[in-house]
Amino acid sequence: MKVTSGYPDYMLKSIKLVEEKREKNMSKPVKPMSMKAREEILSMYHPDYMKGTKRELKVGIDKGMLLYNGIVDLLEAKPVLDPKDVDLSKIDYDVDLLFIGGGGAGTVAALFAHESGVPKDKILIVTKLRHGDANSMMAQGGIQAADRPEDSPTLHYLDIYGGGHFTNKPELARALALDAPGIINWHEELGVMYDRQDDGEFQELSGGGTSRNRMHSAKDYTGMELMRNIRDNARNLEIPVLEFCPVAELLMDDKGQVAGGVAFNLETFEYYVIRAKATILATGGSGRLHLANYPTTNHYGATGDGLIMAYHVGANLLDLDTIQIHPTGDAYPEPLVGILSTEKIRGLGAIPLNKNGDPFVFPLEPRDVESAMFIQECKQGRGIVTPTGMPGVWLDTPMIEILHGEGTIETKLAGEVRKFKRFGIDMTKHPILVYPTLHYQNGGVEINEKTETRVPGLFAAGEVSGGVHGKNRLMGNSLLDFNVFGRRSGIYAAKYVKKAKIGKLTLKHLDKYNQMLEQANIKPAKAAPIILPEYRGEMTISRALDIF
Amino acid sequence: MTKKEQVLLEKPDVKKAEDVEKKAGTVEVFIMGKSYKVPAGLTIMKALEYAGYRYIRGCGCRAGFCGACSTIYRIEDEQKLGFDLACQKVVEDKMYLVQLPFVPAAKAEYDIEKLKPTESIILEIYPEIARCVSCNTCTKSCPQDIEVMKYIQRAVRGDIAKSAEISFDCIQCGLCAMRCPADIKHYHVSQLARRLRGKYMDTRSKNLSKRLKEIESRKYDTEIEKLMKMDKKEITELYKNRKIEAEEEGKRVVK
Repeated sequence: MKVTSGYPDYMLKSIKLVEEKREKNMSKPVKPMSMKAREEILSMYHPDYMKGTKRELKVGIDKGMLLYNGIVDLLEAKPVLDPKDVDLSKIDYDVDLLFIGGGGAGTVAALFAHESGVPKDKILIVTKLRHGDANSMMAQGGIQAADRPEDSPTLHYLDIYGGGHFTNKPELARALALDAPGIINWHEELGVMYDRQDDGEFQELSGGGTSRNRMHSAKDYTGMELMRNIRDNARNLEIPVLEFCPVAELLMDDKGQVAGGVAFNLETFEYYVIRAKATILATGGSGRLHLANYPTTNHYGATGDGLIMAYHVGANLLDLDTIQIHPTGDAYPEPLVGILSTEKIRGLGAIPLNKNGDPFVFPLEPRDVESAMFIQECKQGRGIVTPTGMPGVWLDTPMIEILHGEGTIETKLAGEVRKFKRFGIDMTKHPILVYPTLHYQNGGVEINEKTETRVPGLFAAGEVSGGVHGKNRLMGNSLLDFNVFGRRSGIYAAKYVKKAKIGKLTLKHLDKYNQMLEQANIKPAKAAPIILPEYRGEMTISRALDIF
Repeated sequence: MTKKEQVLLEKPDVKKAEDVEKKAGTVEVFIMGKSYKVPAGLTIMKALEYAGYRYIRGCGCRAGFCGACSTIYRIEDEQKLGFDLACQKVVEDKMYLVQLPFVPAAKAEYDIEKLKPTESIILEIYPEIARCVSCNTCTKSCPQDIEVMKYIQRAVRGDIAKSAEISFDCIQCGLCAMRCPADIKHYHVSQLARRLRGKYMDTRSKNLSKRLKEIESRKYDTEIEKLMKMDKKEITELYKNRKIEAEEEGKRVVK
């Protein structure tokens, strides 16, 4: 049977209205909202403010903290590893630095640790899937850095801090803003092909919640271009990487330091004991937990393992009472639901419109506000509902061609064009349908400017960490985050291991955690970390036999 | 609790393929030769999961960026082989499919700092590109519709900039390299071309180097420190009243 091609008739009727009002909509843009209006809309329509999405954690150092249910479920689950199953007297890998996660943060960290003098045979990256399978690879829109004369790191700082509702750790926001130009320069040295003007200056666009145009891009494959270069460099340097071997739990020593991890080979089911003088947690985010039942833009391995492992050894968490929903997830066609359409589309001038073809929001509010406005529009009946019941609003992409000339979309949004073309939709001629999707884990394991957690020997960088973005991250700051804090963690961890001494390895913290669960009267139904999400058909699972 | 119950419990309550596709009917696909009925309209990836497969390999970003899920298929009784990404391609009736879990294609090791973007540099590092027989099989197998053969030809001729430009959207899935009768590792070749261009050929930003000097001389330290010391009311005021460039322009773009 033939699958969907293009839009059904009733949607085309709505598109007709979009087209009729296009000129008017472009000439009369909607103004940004006041702080008060922003707060109001968030409280009514953002999942962070909804009842029933969160609850208090009953165990561990952050006992009493309010977190999303899906995260509490895993923190109150039984540690997946039984210490009795692991023989710690046989060490499979003995290194100075263990990097858990082969995405942006982990790879950048390993590169800078190596540059700081740690020899490659004393470095090990372990990763759940392949090296580079990470949200880093998928980031499309760009990376922020204040390098234009009309911009400054101070303004960048103000945007980060205000965008995060003034909940960020200020010293982390400062590091993010001040290190940014240096990171772009490092990328130039690696050979990243940024979009440039003829005179060599970067083409810089605006993103939601940014006061200056400072988003650097590489078409709409920015994360992929960064990750390709970073990974290529790591491969040239022969930095050791263990693929399909996620770390299931961290190891500690008898002095209370983190001392490596136990990796699990997904293909042979055997474990490896990895002893390390310092461990850098770079496991990324948790979109695949589908918090608040949202679809997600995240890669397959984004199951929040790092949060759980870190909590088991006594690290504390921040801001996991918030999630970032990205306003422009795809709502149509069905196979694309939840996949991201980049913020760059709005950065280039496309305006969100309702089913009547009317604008209802400034296109570049911070992501949480923009999302809440989309949800309101749909809840109040002005959205378009797809044949499968998915609501959405239009994003009027053809405006880009009018603003910047024909062919702009094809050159600047090649990935997006390709994606929709497969389903018979030409985004240069027709708008696309969007609805918020789960995109980013704002908070995570608390770190300081040196990326240290509160547990000696454990560093964290990238999406798994907390404090950088506070309760809401701005666009273009996550690619920046993994570079800035990946680099810092590599440098500081390299320094740390010069003096570090590891004692006797132990997994006693897991026994202790089980006791804490018992004392809190929790009877865990699950085990965590979960390592991979479960998408098999219910029919199959219900018939599965556990005999092999 | 049984293992089965736990698995069901862990399954996220997102939109179910079962509900969504009831109307659409089913198609028959052959996963490595075995027949399964799956809802029409699903991507190959979701269809495999619906059928009961749980991915370890062959699944990465699920959105067309990582190249983990390259899939080879043939529709029953059709002559031609098809190549695509499981996360992007929708299943068709009587589709025989298999995924590529890994691509054995060694990458050359080099120190980008020590290379020069000369006309012969790519040929020196990947001499096999000279064996290209212009069969265009690489281009036909590219799920991104990149003109793979063309960028290899450009590389042979020493046109690094063009080779980099044409290959830019490469997701490094490796299908090109698996099909090439001349054993070229196209996606590694183009990685080198792009790095050479980005590092040595594109004009550098003057604004950036100026800003780096300013940061080095600690020009912004006191300014930012001042903001860090402000109380919430003061900084909220400052934030609220800051000028938004995109709004001022009316159009949100730098020319």
